[in-house]
Amino acid sequence: MMSFMKGRVLVVDDDTALAEMLGIVLRGEGFEPSFVADGDKALAAFRESKPDLVLLDLMLPGRDGIEVCRLIRAESGVPIVMLTAKSDTVDVVVGLESGADDYIVKPFKPKELVARIRARLRRSEEPAPEQLTIGDLVIDVAGHSVKRDGQSIALTPLEFDLLVALARKPWQVFTREVLLEQVWGYRHAADTRLVNVHVQRLRSKVEKDPERPEIVVTVRGVGYKAGPS
Amino acid sequence: MSGDSVVSGSGMPGDRPKRTVGRTAAGTRLRRLFEGGLLQGGVQGSPVLRLFLRWVRRPLLPVMRLWRRNIQLRVVATTLLMSLGVVLLLGFVVIGQVRNGLLDAKVRASQSQATGGFAVAKQRADEAAGTNGTATGTTPGTADGSTDGTAGADGRPTQNVIQWMSDLVESLSSGGAGAFDVVTLPVGDDSGGGRSPRGSGNVNPTSSVPSDLRDRVNSGTTAAQSYTRIVYSNGKDAQPALVIGKQVNDPNGRPYELYYLFPLTQEEKSLSLVKGTLATAGLFVVVLLGAIAWLVVRQVVTPVRMAAGIAERLSAGQLQERMKVTGEDDIARLGEAFNKMAQNLQGKIQQLEDLSRMQRRFVSDVSHELRTPLTTVRMAADVIHEAREDFDPVTARSAELLADQLDRFESLLADLLEISRFDAGAAALEAEPIDLREVVRRVVGGAEPLAERKGTRIRVVGDLQPVVAEADARRVERVLRNLVVNAVEHGEGKDVIVKLAAAGGAVAVAVRDYGVGLKPGEATRVFSRFWRADPARARTTGGTGLGLSIALEDARLHGGWLQAWGEPGGGSQFRLTLPRTADEPLRGSPIPLEPKDARRRRRPDGSGTPRTEKRATVPAQQSGGHAPALPPRAPAVPTADPTALPGNGNGARVVPRPTGPVRRPEERPAADPGADAGAVRRESGPREPAGPEDSTEPGEAFRGR
Repeated sequence: MMSFMKGRVLVVDDDTALAEMLGIVLRGEGFEPSFVADGDKALAAFRESKPDLVLLDLMLPGRDGIEVCRLIRAESGVPIVMLTAKSDTVDVVVGLESGADDYIVKPFKPKELVARIRARLRRSEEPAPEQLTIGDLVIDVAGHSVKRDGQSIALTPLEFDLLVALARKPWQVFTREVLLEQVWGYRHAADTRLVNVHVQRLRSKVEKDPERPEIVVTVRGVGYKAGPS
Repeated sequence: MSGDSVVSGSGMPGDRPKRTVGRTAAGTRLRRLFEGGLLQGGVQGSPVLRLFLRWVRRPLLPVMRLWRRNIQLRVVATTLLMSLGVVLLLGFVVIGQVRNGLLDAKVRASQSQATGGFAVAKQRADEAAGTNGTATGTTPGTADGSTDGTAGADGRPTQNVIQWMSDLVESLSSGGAGAFDVVTLPVGDDSGGGRSPRGSGNVNPTSSVPSDLRDRVNSGTTAAQSYTRIVYSNGKDAQPALVIGKQVNDPNGRPYELYYLFPLTQEEKSLSLVKGTLATAGLFVVVLLGAIAWLVVRQVVTPVRMAAGIAERLSAGQLQERMKVTGEDDIARLGEAFNKMAQNLQGKIQQLEDLSRMQRRFVSDVSHELRTPLTTVRMAADVIHEAREDFDPVTARSAELLADQLDRFESLLADLLEISRFDAGAAALEAEPIDLREVVRRVVGGAEPLAERKGTRIRVVGDLQPVVAEADARRVERVLRNLVVNAVEHGEGKDVIVKLAAAGGAVAVAVRDYGVGLKPGEATRVFSRFWRADPARARTTGGTGLGLSIALEDARLHGGWLQAWGEPGGGSQFRLTLPRTADEPLRGSPIPLEPKDARRRRRPDGSGTPRTEKRATVPAQQSGGHAPALPPRAPAVPTADPTALPGNGNGARVVPRPTGPVRRPEERPAADPGADAGAVRRESGPREPAGPEDSTEPGEAFRGR
C-alpha cells in the first residue's frame, strides 16, 4: 500500500453509534478522528482541533450541516466531505454550493469512505514546482497561490486543483467525467453536479464577470476548458 | 294471435335500434358528404373537380371553423334564416289575399259596367238600324244586311257605320273619364266597312287586347275577360288592366268586338303600398328577431363561455378559479354546481397533494432514519468481515453471510426507495443528448465479471454508427444494466446479444438471450413488482425483484417503452425503445420485439423437426465439454443490421443457418411468404418447445456442476 499522510479528521455527526463506528474505521486506517455531535459546537471544535478534513453530516441538531459548512468555509479551505442520506434532493447541491468539496451517500462501505477521504487529502502532498498561466491569472502550483496582477486570490484546495487541471492542458476540453476522475478521484462516473457547482464557485472567485466567464469556459455539450491566455 | 304478438313484441326492440342506426348512418353520411365533400376534399371525382373544390374550400375554412365553434353565430344565423322564411311566407299569403280582395271588387264593378256598356251598344245598334232602314227605304231583314254589305260599296251606309262607331266609342268611354277605356275591333281580318280598330283615350287597340281573349270572344256570344297591359299610343307607360270583351253587332247587323279596358293602376298602387309596408315590416321583424336571438343567446352563452374558460383554467391547475353567481336561474345553478365541483376537486387535489407530499416526506425521512443505522451496521459488518480469517469457521461464515445479506438489504432498500419515488411522482428526468453506445459499453464492461463467471459472452451489434437520444444517462444505464445482468443470469451460459439501432424518431436497445425464456403470458408479468419466474430458482440469483419494475418506470419517464418477448426454452428478448428527443411521442421501434431468430420464425421451411434435433444437440455439445465459446446457434444471430425495421428485414439475409447456409436461403423464400403453411406449423408448435427444453437439462446439469 502506498503511504498516505496521517490526517486529523473532524467527524461532525449526532448519531453516536455511527460516529463511534467512523472512529473505529478511521483509526484503523491511521487517521486521527475527533468528534462533535452538535452543530452549534462544530465551529469551536473545528478551531480547536484544526483538522485536515471534516466529515460532516447534513442533518444535525442545532445548526444544520449546511450552515456549519458555510461557517467553516468562511475561515478555512479545509476539505469538507458531506455525509448524506439523500442523494437526489437539492440538499446535495445546497451542500456543495455552501462549500463542501465532495459528498458520500449513506449507507457507504468503509473502503469507499476511506477512498474519498484519501482522495481529498492526497493532492496536498504532491508539490511540483510549476508556474501556469490561464487568462490573466498566474498560478504557482507549488506555492498554492493564484495571482491576478500581483493580487492573490484565495481558493480552496479543491478549486485550486480544478483550476490547475484546466490550466495544465489549455488546449483540451475536459468532460465532467474526466474532471471527476482527475480532481475528485472518482474512477466511475459520478454525480456531475459536483463539477457544475464547483466550476460556479471557482468562477465566482476568479472571473472578472462570472456571467461572462473568460478563465473557465463552457464548451456546450462537452464540458469545460481553460480560457485563452 | 299470441304468436303474432310475440313476433311483434320481439320485432319492435329489434326494429328500434335499427332505425336509430339508419338515422345516424344517414346523418353521418350527410355530414360526411358535407364535410368530406366540401371541406375535407374527399371527392371521388376528377382531379379538376377536386382541385376546384380545394380552391373553393380554402377561403371557406375559417368561416366553417367559426361556424362550428361559435354557437351564438349558429343560433343567430338559424333564427335569421327561419324568420326570413316565415316572413316571406306570411308576406306572400297576405299579399295574395289583398290582391284577391282588391281584384274581386274591381272585377265585379267592371263586369257590371261592361255589361251595361254592351247593352247600350246593342241598343244603339238597334236604334241606328231602325233609322237607317227608314231613311234608306230598304226593307229590314236578314237578307237586307247581306245586300247592305254588298251595296255598301256606294259609301253611304259605310259612312254611317264609321261615324256611328266613332260616336259609340266616344259616348261609351265618356262615362268612364279615365276609369276605363273602350276599344272596338273588327272580327277577324275584316277591317273594311269602318271596322278598323278604334280606341278611346289614346289606347293602342290591337296590342292592348290579348289575342287569346279575342279568340274566346269570337268563339261565343258571351262576355269574356282577361288581364292585360294597356299600351298607349301617346308614349304613356303601359299599365296593367282588366279587359272585358264581347261580340256585338253594328247597325248593319255585322259583328264587331267591343272591349272595355279597366286600368288597374289604383289597385296596383294599393298593392305595391301593401307590399312595401309588408317588406319593411318583414325586414324589421327579421332584423329584430336576429338581434333578439343574439341577445338571448348571449345571455346563455356568456355564462357558458365563462364556465368553459374557468374550467380550462381549472384544468390548467388554477384550482382557486370560481364562477360568478348572480340570481337564482338555471345559469346560476350551473355556476353553483360548477363551483361546488371545483371546490370538491380542489379539496381532493389538495388532499392528494398533501398525501403525496407526506409520502415523499415519509420516504425521505425513512430513507434518512434507516440509512444512518444501516451505515453503522454496514461498517461494523465490513470490519468484522475483514477480520474473519481470525475467527473460527462458523463465525467466519456468519460474517460472510452478514456482509452478503447486508449488500442485498442495501440494494433492496435502494430499490424500494427508488420505486416509491416513482410512485410519489418525485422522479425527475435529467435528459441530455447521450450516445447509447457509450452507455452500452459501460454496462457491458460492468457485467463482464458476472458473464465470465457464467461462461457467457456478451456481444454488441449495431454500434458502428452513433445512437444518440435525449435521455437520462443514469437511468438508461440502470435499465440496461438490469437487462444485461438478467440476460446473463438467465442465459444459461449462452451468448447474450446487445443490439442497438436508430430509425425515425426512436432509438432502441434490445438484449437477447438464449436461456430458459419466458412462458406465454410471462412477458408482461416480468415487470410486476417482486414477481419471480420460478420461486425455487430465484433464491440463488440475488435480485431484489424490483429491477424490472424500476426499469419500466425509467423507460416510462423517458416516454419510452420497455417490452419483453420470450418463448419457453428459446430465450427472451427485452427491448428498450426511447424517443430521440425527450418530448416526442414514440410511434415505433427500430428493432422488432420478436427477434428474427425466434423459433417460430425459423421453423417455416418445413424441415422443422430435423432442426429441432439439431438445436437439441446444442446443449449436448456443451455438456460434452467441447467448450465452444459460442453455442452453435450463436452464428445464426449476426443480426448486425442496425437499420432493421420491423418488416423490412429479409429473413434469408439476417438468419443464415449454422449448417448449409447456401441451401437454406433458397428454401426460405418459397416457404416464408406462405402464411398458409402456418396451420401445420402451429399444430406442431406446442410440441416443439418440449424437445429442446428437455435437451437443455443436461447442459444445465453440466453447468451446475
